[in-house]
Amino acid sequence: MTFFMFRRLTALMVTLLVASLLIFLLLEILPGDPAAVILGVGAQEDTLRALRAELGLDLPAPVRYLNWLGEVLQGNLGRSYTYDTPVQELLLNRVELSLPLALLAILLSTGIAIPLGVFAASRHRKVADTSIMGFAQLGVAVPNFWFAILLILLFSVKLGWFSAGGFAGWDAGWFPAFKSLVLPAVALALPQAAILARVTRSSVLETVQEDYIRTARAKGLSRSQALWRHAVRNALIPVVTILGLQLSFLLAGTIIIENVFYLPGVGRLLFQAIAQRDLMVVKNLVLVLAATVVLINFLVDLLYAVLDPRLRLGFHG
Amino acid sequence: MDRKRFQEIWEDGLHHRSFVAGGILTVLMLSLAILSLIWTPYSVFTMNIAGKLQPPGELHWLGTDHFGRDVLSMLMVGAWNSMAVSLAAIGLGALIGIPLGLTASARKGWIDEAVMRFNDFAFAFPALLTAVMLSAALGPGSFNSIVAIGIFNIPVFARLTRGSSLSLFQRDFILAARIAGKGTTRICAEHILPNITSVLIVQATIQFALGILAEAGLSYLGLGTQPPQPSWGKMLSEAQTMMFFAPNLAILPGCAIVISVLGLNLLGDGMRDILDPKMRTRE
Repeated sequence: MTFFMFRRLTALMVTLLVASLLIFLLLEILPGDPAAVILGVGAQEDTLRALRAELGLDLPAPVRYLNWLGEVLQGNLGRSYTYDTPVQELLLNRVELSLPLALLAILLSTGIAIPLGVFAASRHRKVADTSIMGFAQLGVAVPNFWFAILLILLFSVKLGWFSAGGFAGWDAGWFPAFKSLVLPAVALALPQAAILARVTRSSVLETVQEDYIRTARAKGLSRSQALWRHAVRNALIPVVTILGLQLSFLLAGTIIIENVFYLPGVGRLLFQAIAQRDLMVVKNLVLVLAATVVLINFLVDLLYAVLDPRLRLGFHG
Repeated sequence: MDRKRFQEIWEDGLHHRSFVAGGILTVLMLSLAILSLIWTPYSVFTMNIAGKLQPPGELHWLGTDHFGRDVLSMLMVGAWNSMAVSLAAIGLGALIGIPLGLTASARKGWIDEAVMRFNDFAFAFPALLTAVMLSAALGPGSFNSIVAIGIFNIPVFARLTRGSSLSLFQRDFILAARIAGKGTTRICAEHILPNITSVLIVQATIQFALGILAEAGLSYLGLGTQPPQPSWGKMLSEAQTMMFFAPNLAILPGCAIVISVLGLNLLGDGMRDILDPKMRTRE
């Protein structure tokens, strides 16, 4: 297990280092001079030069890269050019919206998909199974931003139950704030739920063929008892992995969904920062997002190893 | 693949529900896309403000948008733009990914390790996030969407090629080819590739669908196909501001996306079942 941990931790570090290097290189080709962005069009050449020196932009690229890494490792994410606030502060403000949104979406998708997947498996090849899988097939094909637009059409334009966008803010009380997150969370959850239901179903179908399920049935357990007590538990192992992978899709999904609903979250912050050439925000935000994804996948790997001892012994790759 | 095998597959396919359904949907959308190259009911570049936001009718089957452009024509050209981007991205992914996968499985060692680590890395990164960054760095446009989406097809094809060719390299007929004096490159081209073509085609179908979704997302954000060229994503983002008085504009482009993606996914599932009965999805 120690060796497994060590191997995974090293891989994690290398991945993060490569990610930071790629982000840095990518932003090097991004046109636009941050100093010009800050000072505006009418800035004098010598003021620009002074600011570039102050920001450290006149240093050679490798030095700037190492400086940046050093700052990040000390927990300093820099200062936004456009907002003139520390990136940490911006990030924390936006996380207040994006984290509950992501959690709500995961809760919705697992809450719907896992029972549906197990149910479909228990009705294998019957009408319920075929129709659930038909819906799942459709759910995979629906782009989440179009589903979001349809939700707005139905629940905001036609029925008037929810607002078409915007965020009430947590200060306005938890209910209005929560209410403005419902439609975006549903839109984010749909494609995830469709994939998750399919994975759950095929995983359960595979598990019910195992010998220990036959033993459980022979012991006198009913079909559904054997299914829920023994099969589902084991079938959920691959589902956990998919969930981990889905988190990264969820992060990407928030970029679009927060734009559809005009939500001031992390995704929209990033998108606007790219549009405004706020490089400080872009590079630090992307690094934080990448680190989050990599960390979550690492935790899922660990969880997986705890659930499935075969992996700890190194049968992977 | 010889003719007899092709005929067998074709006959199997005609009895496979999702293959037939997916095939019909895909052929429908592909023909609309190709037709748009030579004919559309109206030009998508001429505006007619007097005839804006018309409901579906005899003159304009699917109505007109806020500039009075014919929606059906825009959907047709949009189909071509979206499919062309997705296909080119598959080409890019396959052209780099397949040789990478073959090299990894043929040479093993550090090359294999490097390819696999690169794969892990690319998989861990949210594709859209990088696509958004790339499009921002390179500037918006179709070509850059192809690069952004294509980059994510590389590890998919590399991993699949490596996985399916690893076991082939252990087989006797490869050993025979080696004894006959063929080099690794020739073995890959003459023996490995023909044996993994079907898996690759199935994957390409799925990537085609994913590419259409990604292109729509990028152009929705304004990073993909640029106006005045119509694209499904752009049509949706424009329609969103007019949802209260022209809801059909927000519905039709989405339907086009769903039909294309659903068709390709069904087709891919069907082909996998027919070409490789071991992988048969439990229907």
